[in-house]
Amino acid sequence: MMAQDIGWLKPPLVDSSSTPSIYRMTRRGNLSQLLTLKTFRAGEWIVEKLLAAAGMISILFIALIFVFLFKEALQFFKTVSPMDLIGKWVYDEYDEKWVFKTMWQAISSVPKYSLLPLLCGSFLVAFPSTVISAVFGIGCGIYLSEVASDKTREVLKPTLELFAGIPSVVIGFFMLMVAATPLQDIFHTKFRMNAFVGALGVTIVAFPIIVTLVEDSLRAVPKALREASYALGATRWQTIWRTTLPAAISGVSAACILGFGRALGETMIVLMVTGNAALVTGNVFSTVRSLTANIAAEMGYVEHQSEHYYALFLVGAVLFVITFVLNIFAEIILNRMRRKLRM
Amino acid sequence: MKANLISKLVMAVLAMAMTFTPASFAGRNITVTGSDTIVIMGQKWAETYMMEHPEVAIQVTGGGSGVGIAALINGTTDAANASRKIKDKEIEKAKQAGYYPEEHKVALDSLAVVVNSGNPVKELTLKQLMGIFTGRISNWSEVGGESAPIIRYSRESSSGTYQFFKEFVMKNQDYAADCQTLAGTSAIANAISKDPNGIAYGGAAYFLSQPSVKILSVKKDDKSTAVSPITADGRVDYEAAWSGAYPIWRYLYMYTPFKPKGELKAYLDWIKGPEGQKIVEEIGYVPLKGSR
Repeated sequence: MMAQDIGWLKPPLVDSSSTPSIYRMTRRGNLSQLLTLKTFRAGEWIVEKLLAAAGMISILFIALIFVFLFKEALQFFKTVSPMDLIGKWVYDEYDEKWVFKTMWQAISSVPKYSLLPLLCGSFLVAFPSTVISAVFGIGCGIYLSEVASDKTREVLKPTLELFAGIPSVVIGFFMLMVAATPLQDIFHTKFRMNAFVGALGVTIVAFPIIVTLVEDSLRAVPKALREASYALGATRWQTIWRTTLPAAISGVSAACILGFGRALGETMIVLMVTGNAALVTGNVFSTVRSLTANIAAEMGYVEHQSEHYYALFLVGAVLFVITFVLNIFAEIILNRMRRKLRM
Repeated sequence: MKANLISKLVMAVLAMAMTFTPASFAGRNITVTGSDTIVIMGQKWAETYMMEHPEVAIQVTGGGSGVGIAALINGTTDAANASRKIKDKEIEKAKQAGYYPEEHKVALDSLAVVVNSGNPVKELTLKQLMGIFTGRISNWSEVGGESAPIIRYSRESSSGTYQFFKEFVMKNQDYAADCQTLAGTSAIANAISKDPNGIAYGGAAYFLSQPSVKILSVKKDDKSTAVSPITADGRVDYEAAWSGAYPIWRYLYMYTPFKPKGELKAYLDWIKGPEGQKIVEEIGYVPLKGSR
């Protein structure tokens, strides 16, 4: 009976001289058969635990990154007051007066570590790009999931995935060399490299993410809902607008939040095309310096374990917290939607 | 067949060992570390010198002037490259550690101020440059140009050039907040060629071959005459830097922990000699006066 149980393990042609020992063992007495089975179960157990460990390792890594990042970031406050993260009173010898400067200027006779310009920069890039990619991404997602024929989808989906595969440095180079000057001519901006050019570049990265997630959440809406809507005499447009989209709204918002997180984290495009001047501004056509670009630009030369070094870790920690909160938020919304749709 | 393979393997391993530890075979090993401004020139020097003197192994790495001098103080390098003078504080530290840094001038570097070729402005005073980069002058009409905003470009703060310009031209005041920082002189040249209102600075030689970029003449003060860092036929003007007629230039240094002797002295003498200085010219810096 035992032999039958594990019979499927046997190769179709059994040649006793060349078969591996495990198969030969099964032909011997019951005890050895049992042992083989035991080893097999043990193997299963090991694989199971390995898989679990692989899952756990990601949690462990996140936790370790968290600990390391914050351990280093908190050292910053040993030498600098938290107030400096907003701004600093600096005496201007030329104008002979004290001025409150909200600047990031780590290399200076009076180092200034205000996070305000960096936060401004990050949001001025991420927010417009999320709005643009959300408008087009939701439209495209609806089209893919509700309107497009299978044939169209077969062409459109891989094209979108190709979009997501473009390395961001290529996008940055393109925006800088090709798109920046015409954009300046169109919008008559003071700066050729500005947050808006960066936002358009980041849109190329965030757009496919939003489309995919919107399409997924629309497809998760049970067919019964749509059929009920049609049965009540609604047109296809009314069904999409009044039934499917509202049912999937949490998924759609989660898609936008995750797209926003991706836009905030984008580094290379922003570093290349936004000019990297740390300005506190609300003007989307101004030159800006984002949290990510700031780290990328300064980490190369920063003196190990100096004040500036810890300041960069603090910037990283702030960025991490923002994206972490955004992701958790999106996860909660998605969970709620899954529960609601199960009904 | 198998023996052949093994002997091949052994040879490969030996070859790798030789490339990775040239010191153990060559016996004489010089490490140089420091300024990123000098690193390419330093590597070129090392390559050429090693070709002529195969018994010497020279390793050149970058990291910045501060990194190089720190390594000198820690005793982990034979020589430090620096695009600035060693600070008094650093000399103190070195003396405490038992080293007496010796300074060697190895080249000069003229910094050019550049604008777009469409800009009518031809010359600026040092004071105007200070005003522009600190943000007190924000319109080209204030310095004799058309009425248009001044768009400032600078290197990243890691650059020795950034710090030299800040100390020498801006008298250590901060850059204007809207001063855009770009990585590398090529990014700057590209930005200036596309921005009719832009202004930037960088090593003079780099801008010579750049289209749509104009190198400005600079005046020490209102009364003196404007001097260009390049000659009429479009080469870096060595004479202007040597005489100090063109005001924005600096020495590039190498520091040794003691008075150099033996192989290191021979290497430094070679750098300061005609062969080393020829490489200085090839790279685009200004050779030492009297070397040619």
